[in-house]
Amino acid sequence: MALLAAVLILNVIAGGALVFIWAERKIAARIQDRLGPTRTGGRFGWLQSLADGIKLLAKEDLMPEGADGLLFRLAPYVSFCASFCAFIALPFAFDFVGQRLNVGVFFVVAVLGLEVFGVILAGYASASKWSLFGAMREAAQVVSYEVPLGMCVVVPVMLAGSMDLVTIAEKQAGWLTNWYIFHDPFTFVIFWVYVTCAVASVNRAPFDLAEAESELVAGFHTEYSGLRWSFFFMAEYGSMFLVSGLAAVLFLGGWNGPVPVASLLGLSEGTGDTAGYLVRLVGCANLLLKATLGVLFMMWIRWTLPRLRIDQVMTTCLKYCTPIAAAMFAGVMLWQLAFPGGLVHGFGRPAGEIREGWLEGPGGRSSAGAAAASATGADRVARVIP
Amino acid sequence: MMHPVAAAMLAVGPLPLGQVNWHTVLFLLFAAAACACAVAVVLADHVVRMALYLVFCLAATAGLFFLAGAEFVGAMQLMIYVGGTLVLLVFGVMLTAQAPFVALKTAAGDKVLAGLLGAALLAVLLQSAFRVEAWRRPAAGAEAAPAATPIGMALLGVRVDGDEGGPVRSGYLLPFEIVSMHLLVVLVGAAYLARAKRRKSPRPIEVAASAVSPAEPRHQSRGSASALVSGGQR
Repeated sequence: MALLAAVLILNVIAGGALVFIWAERKIAARIQDRLGPTRTGGRFGWLQSLADGIKLLAKEDLMPEGADGLLFRLAPYVSFCASFCAFIALPFAFDFVGQRLNVGVFFVVAVLGLEVFGVILAGYASASKWSLFGAMREAAQVVSYEVPLGMCVVVPVMLAGSMDLVTIAEKQAGWLTNWYIFHDPFTFVIFWVYVTCAVASVNRAPFDLAEAESELVAGFHTEYSGLRWSFFFMAEYGSMFLVSGLAAVLFLGGWNGPVPVASLLGLSEGTGDTAGYLVRLVGCANLLLKATLGVLFMMWIRWTLPRLRIDQVMTTCLKYCTPIAAAMFAGVMLWQLAFPGGLVHGFGRPAGEIREGWLEGPGGRSSAGAAAASATGADRVARVIP
Repeated sequence: MMHPVAAAMLAVGPLPLGQVNWHTVLFLLFAAAACACAVAVVLADHVVRMALYLVFCLAATAGLFFLAGAEFVGAMQLMIYVGGTLVLLVFGVMLTAQAPFVALKTAAGDKVLAGLLGAALLAVLLQSAFRVEAWRRPAAGAEAAPAATPIGMALLGVRVDGDEGGPVRSGYLLPFEIVSMHLLVVLVGAAYLARAKRRKSPRPIEVAASAVSPAEPRHQSRGSASALVSGGQR
């Protein structure tokens, strides 16, 4: 399972970047009434990213004369590592997860916030005004958008009663109505706040002030070229996929499809046999599809909306996103008090079926020893929660 | 022509990877990284590099926490300490951006004093750490406790991790509330101190700013202050 997760993570980041760069070119072209790449590699120019990669490899690796060499070289790796690390806790399907963390949501949000280190270092070490301006903008933006993003992420945690990403996705199994985005009106609103904050936190247009081409040449990566520059790009596409995957797990049912085909057929994803494996494989495809749609949505936004000014970015965060998120958080809380079982009974999943990670063995499936060890813990929780 | 080290490795053959205790290897790796970066913080002579080494040191400590199975503490370390150092880094950049890469010179007397203090603290800590009998060898059969759920329950005032038959221990509800009230007061105070003072004659930069964005209302600072406060109540 660890090997499978490793293969998934590597391919999602490396292969995903190739596919998404091509998709971005095509989508941008179509939105701007152009054709985009058409020749490289046949009909749709689908080898364009590969050609770009070879070009980047062959480029000269430049460094400004006044730059701080160590920090300048280190910065792309810091960015890329932060983006890569967060994938460790992201589940692709039940059991398809690098490391099932008890505090998965928290870990992903914490690690995602570290990506900005690379940007600030790059901006500072380049010894260039444009880079420094871009980096300081990025710092201000990321630090302020962490507040509403955290508040949005807390809502599914509250609904599921767990910070474990696997458990949160498990609780949304069943029909479409079980997804947390359709849980109540407040979660529907907060999903869109999350989308706004996620786009801002991965530094994409309309929030791409750190690399505003019209004002700052290329922002924090003005002085970078070749492979080092492409590391920043891989980090950006990795983060885009990550926040989309996180949105899918937190609000859009995770790896559960809109119709519970597997459970209607009488199959379960938790079993160790071939059928269970196939169900998990379909679930993985489900999650990848949702996350890809999220990335495509971000591209659509990027080529549609104009870039915000820095004061507009701050206003959006402090005056709109944060108060709306706070109000929606309170609303979801009250809704849970008023309708603990949801509005429509019968669609929900009985609570006993949820496999809480820490009550069972590692990986979620209860092994004999782990079950015995954790039985006392379950008893204690059962005693205090009537 | 083969590099001698590579040749030696080939001669030894593949390492017996199955017999390596990876937990210990990773522990040593993270511990060494944390110590080396901590020393580098002291030895480095410009602010941004110091902050960077501090980030690496704290991140390696978070790795140690994850290795020990304390996932919640590890994530907290990443969020609060490593994330907090971000602000330090920003200040470092802002302070040194005027004349890039300034070197901070420390007086020799300060170095000696700091070295003495640090050595004394290290001696005390080492001595007290080795005095605890239970810490001398790895605890047998110690299993990492489930991290987040008992902490969440305890924050609501219910302890689920107590010993059977022992005295009932109180939860963390009161400390949690005290801390959150404290933070709220700090946020209100910060917003009060940072609010824009009204001037009789606006400074040129303000005139320029209002020319750029005529739609901005005058009470913008008050609005953002209240948003900041409501953000603190989560």
